[in-house]
Amino acid sequence: MALPPTNADGEGSDAKTTPETPTPAPSSNGQSLLASLLFERREQVLDAWVQAQARKLDRRAGRRPDADVRAECTALLDALQSAVAGDSTDVKGPEYVEVTRLVDFMSKDRARQGYSPTETAVAVFSLKDSLLGVLEEVLADQPELLVAEIKRMNALVDDLGLQTFEAYVAGREEVIVSQQQSMLALSTPVVKLWDGIVALPLIGTLDSERTQTVMENLLEAIVETESQVAIIDITGVVTVDTSVAQNLLKTVAATRLMGADCIISGVRPQIAQTMVFLGVDLGDVVTKATLADAFRVALRLVGANLAAASPRP
Amino acid sequence: MERIPILKLGKSLFVTVQVDIDDRLATTLQDDLMQRIVDTGAKGVLIDISSMELVDSFMGRMLAGIASMSRILDAEVVVVGMAPVVAITLVELGLSLPGVRMALNVERGMAILDQALTPLRVGGEPDDGDDLPYAPT
Repeated sequence: MALPPTNADGEGSDAKTTPETPTPAPSSNGQSLLASLLFERREQVLDAWVQAQARKLDRRAGRRPDADVRAECTALLDALQSAVAGDSTDVKGPEYVEVTRLVDFMSKDRARQGYSPTETAVAVFSLKDSLLGVLEEVLADQPELLVAEIKRMNALVDDLGLQTFEAYVAGREEVIVSQQQSMLALSTPVVKLWDGIVALPLIGTLDSERTQTVMENLLEAIVETESQVAIIDITGVVTVDTSVAQNLLKTVAATRLMGADCIISGVRPQIAQTMVFLGVDLGDVVTKATLADAFRVALRLVGANLAAASPRP
Repeated sequence: MERIPILKLGKSLFVTVQVDIDDRLATTLQDDLMQRIVDTGAKGVLIDISSMELVDSFMGRMLAGIASMSRILDAEVVVVGMAPVVAITLVELGLSLPGVRMALNVERGMAILDQALTPLRVGGEPDDGDDLPYAPT
């Protein structure tokens, strides 16, 4: 996995103002016990953390190299160390900007790579196991302090876990949106079949947003290629209900306004039946069963008009 | 008062809308055009709206109106050069202008008028006319 880019501007800058290495305060202080613990027993915490992750995800072992996990954890631990030095457990606070950024980056990255929510959350929640172990060891003879510290740590890691999930979902949303956009762009190619004939093979469904894109693309293509006939092929359209038919009719009407004839082809038997049952009226739109039939008509239309444009006596 | 020029080309009238047209100008154009059709005995009208980028329901209704009125006066109307955005807007407004002939550009429009104004098909190939969405005039 690529390490997160160092954020030198914007939100990351706040974190830079906090001291990079906290003063190793005596653990009797209590306030920054967590900080000093992270400082003094850094390697131990790190090892336990990485191991806890490996243990919890053993079913999918080998999916992430340990070195990557370790690098990730090291970066997060460093950030956390400087954050807890400020003695605040509010992850929305300014001390935690860098931590939050790292957590967001990790979670979004995993969301994009298709990890499950569990796999994503374990990365943060394993920190709890690791810190618990260390706290128990250090504060074995001070049970009250131990409980207090565990509570603090618990709240902190839980908040970070929530942050992870928020970021994970946001990452997923981003993936979905970008996929939708690329589908929209991919799925409306306008093909030139002949001089003056363009075809638009439609695949999938035809909602109003897509109709808009389809219409724009088709009309632009008609202007560009100076086409007289446009064929809309609906072989790949799964179902035609009243709204899809309405959108088709809109496209046909717009094409006609541009001065081109529009033919709908690729009407499957089931679709013809559905349309009649639904009472969809395609008006005087020419429909053909196959693209070949439509093309034949289109050629004749172009040819007929060409003959008319030939010099007259 | 600003007016849109109406040119006579043979048996046809030629109107180019080069400015953004407001409601008053549109009404004036409609009056002028009808008067000219009667005066000149024109059999065809070509309206070029390629410079028009703004269109509202009034404009759409006016175009449809001009077409119907001209037909009553025995003149065929062809509207040419509608921009894609204008076409989409009109469709979204629910105005698909049935009964108005449309063409992509002036050249095509003239070809359609020529065809429509030739009383009998002289020469050319005989066309059986099947498969055509409309019968050739």
